[in-house]
Amino acid sequence: MRDEHKLKARIRALSDGAATGLAILSTVLVVAPLVAIFVYLVYKGASSLNLAFFIEVPKPVGESGGGMANAIVGSAILLGIGSLIGVPVGISGGIFLAEFGRGTKLANAVRFTADVLNGVPSIVMGIAVYSLVVVPQGHFSAFSGGVALGIMMIPTVCRTTEEMLLMVPNAVREAALALGVPNWRSVLAITVRTASPGIITGCMLAFARVAGETAPLIFTAFGNVGRNMRLDEPIAALPLQIYVYALSPYDDWHRLAWAGSLVLIVLIVLAVSLVRYVTSRGVLKGAS
Amino acid sequence: MRKYLLARGNSALADRGFHWLMVLCALTIFGIVVLIAFELVVRSKLAWGKFGFDFFFKAFTDPYTNLPMYWDPVNGHFSALPFLYGTLVSSFLALLLAVPLAIGVAVFLTEMCPRALRGPLAFITELLAAIPSVIYGLWAVFVLVPLLREHVNPWLTKLLGWTGFFGDSNPTGLGFVAAGIILAIMILPIVSSLTREVMTAVPHSQREAVLALGATRWEMISMGVLRNARIGIVGAVILGLGRALGETMAVTMVIGNSPEIHQSLLENGSSMASVIANEFAEASGDLHLSALMELGLALFIVTIIVNAFARLLVWAVTRGAPSSAH
Repeated sequence: MRDEHKLKARIRALSDGAATGLAILSTVLVVAPLVAIFVYLVYKGASSLNLAFFIEVPKPVGESGGGMANAIVGSAILLGIGSLIGVPVGISGGIFLAEFGRGTKLANAVRFTADVLNGVPSIVMGIAVYSLVVVPQGHFSAFSGGVALGIMMIPTVCRTTEEMLLMVPNAVREAALALGVPNWRSVLAITVRTASPGIITGCMLAFARVAGETAPLIFTAFGNVGRNMRLDEPIAALPLQIYVYALSPYDDWHRLAWAGSLVLIVLIVLAVSLVRYVTSRGVLKGAS
Repeated sequence: MRKYLLARGNSALADRGFHWLMVLCALTIFGIVVLIAFELVVRSKLAWGKFGFDFFFKAFTDPYTNLPMYWDPVNGHFSALPFLYGTLVSSFLALLLAVPLAIGVAVFLTEMCPRALRGPLAFITELLAAIPSVIYGLWAVFVLVPLLREHVNPWLTKLLGWTGFFGDSNPTGLGFVAAGIILAIMILPIVSSLTREVMTAVPHSQREAVLALGATRWEMISMGVLRNARIGIVGAVILGLGRALGETMAVTMVIGNSPEIHQSLLENGSSMASVIANEFAEASGDLHLSALMELGLALFIVTIIVNAFARLLVWAVTRGAPSSAH
């Protein structure tokens, strides 16, 4: 009888140890390769990056050198259009969720739809925008690419704005209303302003995320080997160029692809760190 | 007095205007979903009218060889079977690899991890979740695929070749296994951070009660935490599945892109998203385009259902609990 108890206790202790070991092992198994991938990307990118990358356009096959200036400018234009569409709509949607719709059925439905829209594959966004914008227009264009990116920004911006606004204490709103400030001014000048560091970094995060989106651009922005500033013509984009170069057989193009991915990674690290920094202090502490 | 009333009237008007403007912006989110669905339905009508449900369930027969044939843009034969197969196989392979690891990581982070490590690990997870698909694809093409080709695949063939799932006829290193692994790496952060969120939402009293009965730590985790959080964990896994189903670029770069069905996981395949990415821009004719649109519509519907279901499950558990992870 005693032995049986002892044995049971041993087994329990052993399984406890085994479970702990497995949890630690899986963490190591996950974190180590992920960190390795990250370091590898940074290393490869850093060793391929030079000034020419930022100021030259791609050279024809066979010539070495060249850069991705056209893709960087193209990405900037696409992201500019995207932000013009995604940021105002997203922030307003977030204001509605946090300030006007709290607890209502409509707000819950909007929140749910935003989450679901966030999960729609980007390639589906791409073909939807293709048939919405590219087909009526008759050709691929920078504008259609911007629309696709803008639509993809909306749910992220909307949800972070809401979360940041919810962190603003109610006392601040009440103080504004008690002074007779109209509601719309209290929302814009007090609540949104208090939460603005969080909202801005949230927008940056959405910006960094769509900066790396490739699938929605294949059939909208399409890509372009030369410089282009016109919105109604196909335009190059950094992730698109990375995709094309990665699958090409030329070492020089591979080098450019690595350098391009480093640029995107730096953008993302900046955005993620900023969000963490902002949400670790002041009233916004603990948000997101 | 008059001035006062006027000011109030103005601000009431402005208030209402502002309110409705915000409502309008919130409603555009509905609008976008409806518009996407509408466009996809309209553009896929042609293929739907021609093939109906057969599009998803039936193969064609090659008149010369009598072998099954699926995707032949030149002769206008379109069947989505190999893409459904590819999407499902690569996604489930990814879940198989990622879920146990993700749960292990979540258990470690919520229950065992020293406080000092928690922040950096959460930061890394967040960072990895934000790295673009095309960059994972780039890494896979230059590191993962050569590794599989030189070392892992021959070993798999030798060890498990008898099962029929690991034949050695594909010398490229591309294929379902490569796609499954890269997908697993990509969905790990989201699955593990959501699992963590769900586990954190389990009240402390549950843990304390189990510990008070003399349970070991593992018994506390399995009875007190995992059992209470299981619905939410299933939600997290399904959300990971949703990501994997629609993931495009990385899969396109490593799956091999051939519209065929093979039993061997080391063979080239193709997924719904990857065939759209590959063929859409140079589709040959309206029927081809419409067939690709129909694939997109199917992907849209499936991911919406999967995501909605997963969100509901996660909400059911975390509702009312303070959220600590995103």
